[in-house]
Amino acid sequence: MAKARTLFDKIWDAHLVDVQDDGTCLIYIDRHLVHEVTSPQAFEGLRMAGRKIRHPEATLAVADHNVPTTDRTKGIENIESRVQVETLEQNARDFGVEYYRMDDIRQGIVHIVGPEQGFTLPGTTIVCGDSHTSTHGAFGSLAFGIGTSEVEHVLATQTLVQKPAKNMLVKVDGKLPAGCTAKDIVLAIIGKIGTAGGTGYVIEYAGEAIRELSMEGRMTVCNMTIEGGARAGLIAPDEKTFAYVQGRPKAPKGAAWEAAVNYWKTLKTDEGAHFDAVVEIDASKLVPMVTWGTSPEDVLPITATVPNPADIADEGKRKAVERSLDYMGLVPGQPLTDVKVDVVFIGSCTNGRIEDLRAAAEILKGRKVAASVQALIVPGSGLVKEQAEAEGLDKVFVAAGAEWREPGCSMCLAMNADQLKPGQRSASTSNRNFEGRQGRGGRTHLVSPQMAAAAAITGKLTDIRTL
Amino acid sequence: MEKFTTLTGIAAPLPMINVDTDMIIPKQFLKTIKRSGLGKNLFDEMRYTQDGKEIADFVLNRPQYRKAQILVAGANFGCGSSREHAPWAIGDFGIRCIIAPSFADIFFSNCFKNGILPIKLPQEQVDQLMLDAQNGANARLSIDLENQEITRPDGAKITFEVDAFRKHCLLNGLDDIGLTLQRAAKIDTFESKRRQSEPWLAA
Repeated sequence: MAKARTLFDKIWDAHLVDVQDDGTCLIYIDRHLVHEVTSPQAFEGLRMAGRKIRHPEATLAVADHNVPTTDRTKGIENIESRVQVETLEQNARDFGVEYYRMDDIRQGIVHIVGPEQGFTLPGTTIVCGDSHTSTHGAFGSLAFGIGTSEVEHVLATQTLVQKPAKNMLVKVDGKLPAGCTAKDIVLAIIGKIGTAGGTGYVIEYAGEAIRELSMEGRMTVCNMTIEGGARAGLIAPDEKTFAYVQGRPKAPKGAAWEAAVNYWKTLKTDEGAHFDAVVEIDASKLVPMVTWGTSPEDVLPITATVPNPADIADEGKRKAVERSLDYMGLVPGQPLTDVKVDVVFIGSCTNGRIEDLRAAAEILKGRKVAASVQALIVPGSGLVKEQAEAEGLDKVFVAAGAEWREPGCSMCLAMNADQLKPGQRSASTSNRNFEGRQGRGGRTHLVSPQMAAAAAITGKLTDIRTL
Repeated sequence: MEKFTTLTGIAAPLPMINVDTDMIIPKQFLKTIKRSGLGKNLFDEMRYTQDGKEIADFVLNRPQYRKAQILVAGANFGCGSSREHAPWAIGDFGIRCIIAPSFADIFFSNCFKNGILPIKLPQEQVDQLMLDAQNGANARLSIDLENQEITRPDGAKITFEVDAFRKHCLLNGLDDIGLTLQRAAKIDTFESKRRQSEPWLAA
């Protein structure tokens, strides 16, 4: 009998082009997403070497980081941002790559666009010059972020030089309690394994609580895999996956669909396959989570108090916590629910999908955003925006006093005009609370869409269960 | 790519864990369409005040470390964003080698594509080198990639591990793409097999 293999092993084996004597592998890349920030130097490299793109039809380009989320009819005001977006458009044209313009309804955050278009398919390898490419693992595809040199390598060869990763299983069993979401699951996982816990691994997420998640929720979990140090997270495809993919513009159709689903059904970890590490989480014990520091591993239940660095034995970790608390303007022992916020950001490739907006709207319906709070709601794509408007969610947000914006990465990394000012504090549905991430001197607390909406109403971090 | 064979230079200490790539090069500098010129903004928000003045006690602003070629840092260096602007900024500043107990995967791989050698060592050895680096003008280390050896200021040697293929590419300044294109026939073979096994993936 063949050796029992994990889902990662199966996808890896199916993409091996060549193996060198020292174990270095050449793996085939099925799908390549390209955005404006990490691609200009790759296209320039191709030009300088006189190379072409091996498979332009396996490549999809969209600008997301630099695009304004306010009125776009006047284009992009910031010159550098404009040049970067125009450069992507020009490169896409020159090299024959499909490109969604800023005024195309399909435009949005690259990790929301891929699944929406059926470009993301189970069993494929997907890369992008963006660490949150891990998102696509929710479909049972091996998806990971790469640097610009590797972007160029994939454009030129449709392959990557890689060593196989180790296998980690994160098993989340039990039923998720009211008030908790996929975001709370993944924050709890990162809190448990730490921001480097997954380094060198591909994580497979399994267990009842993962199976129960919608595709949107699974994408949220896989999206933040990189925050736990693993380049890729995987969830075995199932009926939910197939139902999500079927009928999408780039999904297989007719007989090809049947053949594809038959293959995709084999994409699961064999009984008895070896994992190098196993982590178990009981979802039923979860409490809504919030970050207090400047690393995603600095996370606690909303019911907790700000930790005291004096309690930490490890010197490096203690110094990091002291620095974090100083940066965040928090004092040890302070209840997290006492922390006031100035800005609420709901959006990003972590939580900018329709389900996230529905969850936020449910909380905001009939309520008002606190006078002291600016609330930004940024759909992940033009199609998410259209769907939200068809459901009347935009009206709920505007009636509550929130701002309903155009799609893009926005304040997740604040490359466009959406930024925190020094000292401003946000409750944000994004993925990184690093120093300066949302604007120099800005202070970020990562939460779920529900928790962000609750914070918008009360003006401080709030336990959604008590609202 | 610039070759990396041996390097002797000043080592700057950065005793922080989880140094993320947002810290190494903040997003406002990612709007460039070039690879060069990022060194002046390396560690920008730790290195300069809001109005652009140097922060005197930041390590790379101190006189003895302004020309540092080696960085000794804490665990999980380079975590977060995949931005290759991080190693571009480090290289443009003049740093060609980073020594830490651990690195984030994407950053680690990006370094090798840019002639920068990231060296992973056990915490105790990094602690020793951190003390060496804190010796200011005497903080000179020598790195010998061929022999996988670091020579400390007192002449003591520390050996390190490096992936054989990556070492070969660094020593010879080899371009990955050129190497892979030599295997184009294997890519062709793979693609024709895939057209049979997963025909829905072909355009």
